[in-house]
Amino acid sequence: MSSTQPAPLDLPTIGQGAGRSTLAGPGKRYDFSRKYWLFAVPAVVTILAVIVFPWLFTLYMSTQDWKIGGGAAFIGLSNYVILFQDERFLEAVGRTFWFTALAVIIPVILGVAAAVVFHREFPLRGLLRTVFTMPMMATPVAVALVWTMMFHPQLGVLNYLLSLVGIPPQSWVYDPSTVIPTLVMIEVWQWTPLVMLIVLGGLASLPKEPYESAIIDGANSWHLFRHITLPLVWPYVMIAIMLRTIDALKVFDNIFVITQGGPGTASETINIFLYLQAFQFYKLGYASALVVVFFIIIVLLSLLLLHARQRSKWNA
Amino acid sequence: MRGRPLQRLAAKAGFGLSVLALVSPAILVFLWMLSLSLKNDADNTAFPPVFIPDPPTLDNFRDVFARNNFLLYLWNSILVTGGAVLVGLIVGVPAGYGIARAKSAKFAFLILIARITPALSYLIPLFLVFQLIGLNGTITALLVTHLVITVPIIVWVMIGYFENVPMELEDAALVDGASPWQGFLHIALPLAKPGIIVGAILSFIFSWNNFIFSVVLGGKTTRTLPSAIYNVLTFEQISWGPLAAAALLVTLPVLLLTVVAQRQIVAGLSAGGLKDG
Repeated sequence: MSSTQPAPLDLPTIGQGAGRSTLAGPGKRYDFSRKYWLFAVPAVVTILAVIVFPWLFTLYMSTQDWKIGGGAAFIGLSNYVILFQDERFLEAVGRTFWFTALAVIIPVILGVAAAVVFHREFPLRGLLRTVFTMPMMATPVAVALVWTMMFHPQLGVLNYLLSLVGIPPQSWVYDPSTVIPTLVMIEVWQWTPLVMLIVLGGLASLPKEPYESAIIDGANSWHLFRHITLPLVWPYVMIAIMLRTIDALKVFDNIFVITQGGPGTASETINIFLYLQAFQFYKLGYASALVVVFFIIIVLLSLLLLHARQRSKWNA
Repeated sequence: MRGRPLQRLAAKAGFGLSVLALVSPAILVFLWMLSLSLKNDADNTAFPPVFIPDPPTLDNFRDVFARNNFLLYLWNSILVTGGAVLVGLIVGVPAGYGIARAKSAKFAFLILIARITPALSYLIPLFLVFQLIGLNGTITALLVTHLVITVPIIVWVMIGYFENVPMELEDAALVDGASPWQGFLHIALPLAKPGIIVGAILSFIFSWNNFIFSVVLGGKTTRTLPSAIYNVLTFEQISWGPLAAAALLVTLPVLLLTVVAQRQIVAGLSAGGLKDG
């Protein structure tokens, strides 16, 4: 099963292609008498209990008027109808898309640049790369608390640093107009390293020949990047875009810790709205309908990106 | 590679600056965290800010251990994350093997969907079930919920590793009369040891860092560290120094792991583990 382009990150190959290729694949290793599926039984049971059951239960609950302590009553699709008339929800959707667009595009551009930098040999490269990846590994709540202290309007270190270069103090997360960009900034800080690691993996697998002939032809480094490197690592960039999109849509920890959706509802994304409905107001039926809609949004966007990825692959 | 020495020097300086620009935001935040945790209250609220603690003090750390149930929450985190990683390995490693050998794409796809699903969607049903059977606010409930994180990561990483373990050795053993279980236990498993380490490290990190599960399901004495420090912030007006010290302590194990196991983490993240991160 070793192909020339191994691409361990290859989502669709693992998800869809592999199943087909086993039928006609070489080796014919699938042997029912060996009962390999038995190895997966404990995991399947676990996944049924903590993943599949919650899905099904959520679907059921979304048709209920569920009150904590009281009973449940079947109300059909009413939760969904109310949801789509809920202005606060619709605003949260728009806000989430805006946040997601920024929190995908900026880390992807910076992450590709960082990967190009870290792909080169230089002193202390390993150590600096480790430092660079720390933000994505650190406990988000711990880091968010430090950011909160840094954003303090009077005593925060960020406004002081800005004042050193002559920029007036900012209100960061304390103003509805700057709260989303500020939260995006944290997201960029945190997740650019993930994009870098994915693209770095792509860069490591690049062939050398195209570069050699292009350099002989007198191409400069921008040309090399634009016409050779970028097309070759594009599949990896697409994976990064997809993962980033999924994660940005689901953003929760940073916003919950730093603003809890505020000021007002200025940073209330779908996930924050969902949390409030479920565990603040305990409207569990309503929240379940919201989960279903949220899940559909995420899957649709993923499929859209998967489709774009397939096309970019064929064109390459 | 070409050009005059001066040009080369300029290119080098430009490259150095871009490296600096990339790593300095990370350095700034973590150093500031360290600085806050080592300063007394007067210095922490001074303006302009005091950057280098003079003299550095460990009072904040003493405060964290003295005033809060920090050790209890630490123990909770160890129980929940340790348990979830352990159970995750016990069920996830054989599953990764079975899926890799049977090439069961459907199951792999299920794991992918688990990666896509928002954590809160597991929480609502599990919350109700735990309430029904009286498990809300217990360590057990948290441990079970953390399996949502650890099992997919471990299964996914292990599929990747077992796919790269050649089949021939096991085939030979099976011909000699070994059972598939023996083939797994004595041949494939030892060869996939690096994968087990990678899966354990990654699932440890993501479980340790998890916040939302403990916010919803954790009780006053059973919450894990991330939600414990968050509650300290909101319910007791605590000053910056102890808070920064607590934040640093919470994330320290993960940061140390990042430094020590950088190679494994990068390997895991680029070998597919990132899909479930």
